[in-house]
Amino acid sequence: MEERHKILVVDDDADWLDVCREMLSQLPSKPEIRTVGAGARAIAQLDSQPFRLLLCDLKMPKMDGLQVLSIVRRRFPDLRTVVLTSLEDEEFRSRAYSLGVDLFWLKSDMQQNTKMFLDCVESLLGRETDLNSGFRGVQSKSLMDIIQLECMSRNSTVLRITRGPLVAKIWIQDGELLDAQVGNVRGEAAFQKILAWKSGTFENMAAEPGHERTIQRSINALLLEIAQSIDESTEPAQTEMIEKADHRRTVWRLALLAAEGAEFVVTVPPDGQGKSEAWGTHNAEQVTAWTRRAAEAVKRLGDRLEAGPLSFIAGGSMERRLIMLNRDDKLFLVAWPTEAAENELLEKTKKLVASWDS
Amino acid sequence: MGSITVNAQGNIIASTVSSNYSKSLLGDISREVLVIFREARDAQLPLAEVNVHFGSLRVTARETRGGAIIFLMPQTALLPSPK
Repeated sequence: MEERHKILVVDDDADWLDVCREMLSQLPSKPEIRTVGAGARAIAQLDSQPFRLLLCDLKMPKMDGLQVLSIVRRRFPDLRTVVLTSLEDEEFRSRAYSLGVDLFWLKSDMQQNTKMFLDCVESLLGRETDLNSGFRGVQSKSLMDIIQLECMSRNSTVLRITRGPLVAKIWIQDGELLDAQVGNVRGEAAFQKILAWKSGTFENMAAEPGHERTIQRSINALLLEIAQSIDESTEPAQTEMIEKADHRRTVWRLALLAAEGAEFVVTVPPDGQGKSEAWGTHNAEQVTAWTRRAAEAVKRLGDRLEAGPLSFIAGGSMERRLIMLNRDDKLFLVAWPTEAAENELLEKTKKLVASWDS
Repeated sequence: MGSITVNAQGNIIASTVSSNYSKSLLGDISREVLVIFREARDAQLPLAEVNVHFGSLRVTARETRGGAIIFLMPQTALLPSPK
């Protein structure tokens, strides 16, 4: 029988620990969940038995979360770590990431996007094989995933990547790739060398807006070219390639959802041409079925009214706004928070849909 | 172009749409709109309003106690369009 993974949650708020326990008990892999109320007790627990994942609050008396994470990084390098905090300060976020945490979540976001949070945690619990590859810092992702995330989020940062004695840097400004350097090599050649690394550690450093730009091509074009050349040179088994592609697609789509601020996305292909997919919603099956039926009802309506081709469907309630549109015969239903106007949401939906299969 | 008010059973209570639109056509429109609202509720996606944008026509429907008010509006180049 497969051993259940163990998750340790540390927070000085007993009520919050109960919330976490209840939420994490919904994880499909049914991990064993332990909770402690102080940083010192968390370290003692980690010393006494192996855990797969640590969920750590930042603001705690005596030993705070950053101290706990600092100790964990040194003593338990394989332990996955997630920060759960109410502190909406960017400085804490960057300090936590510089300590090698895999994820940083605000408690309010976690409660609003429970499904996405649980998907991320489940992904962190992941497969055993994930442990031996990837970059410490944000889950066990490839460097390509990390750079895609930074660029897609329009971040400005300098990624410092170390692999044994090798040190490399990648400069990103407003989501654009400026430069890369490893040893004496710079530009695209350096970027290609760095992306061939399969493991290492990385940290986000302060952006350097004035840094000289040596890379002119778009990040997507470069990543595509490099991914192809890596695939050709390593020739991994076909199933492994498919798994990697699936993983990358999952990360990309979850990041897209988070970056654009959408609540969920459902895609429905034409009958008999692939399966529907849902991201960020609990009742995927029902929403998918409704998407299909609503599209059929609207098609009948359009035929009856002879009103020309369908452009899009928008719907709204107090809770959310929905935009449904068709792209390449595939239906996309995207749910958004209610603040934005329909026109704005339509543009955002088109943008998200256009990037969906990137 | 006008509006139709329908009750929860799909019966047309009031209409300001031109008589060029037959009763059966208006009945079909009402039924499809109510289907969209009802099935959205069943899928735990309750909707208060639906806008369907066709090339030459926009159908806006607002739910009212199980029924709906449905507005039919032409889409022309002179009207503001979300495109």
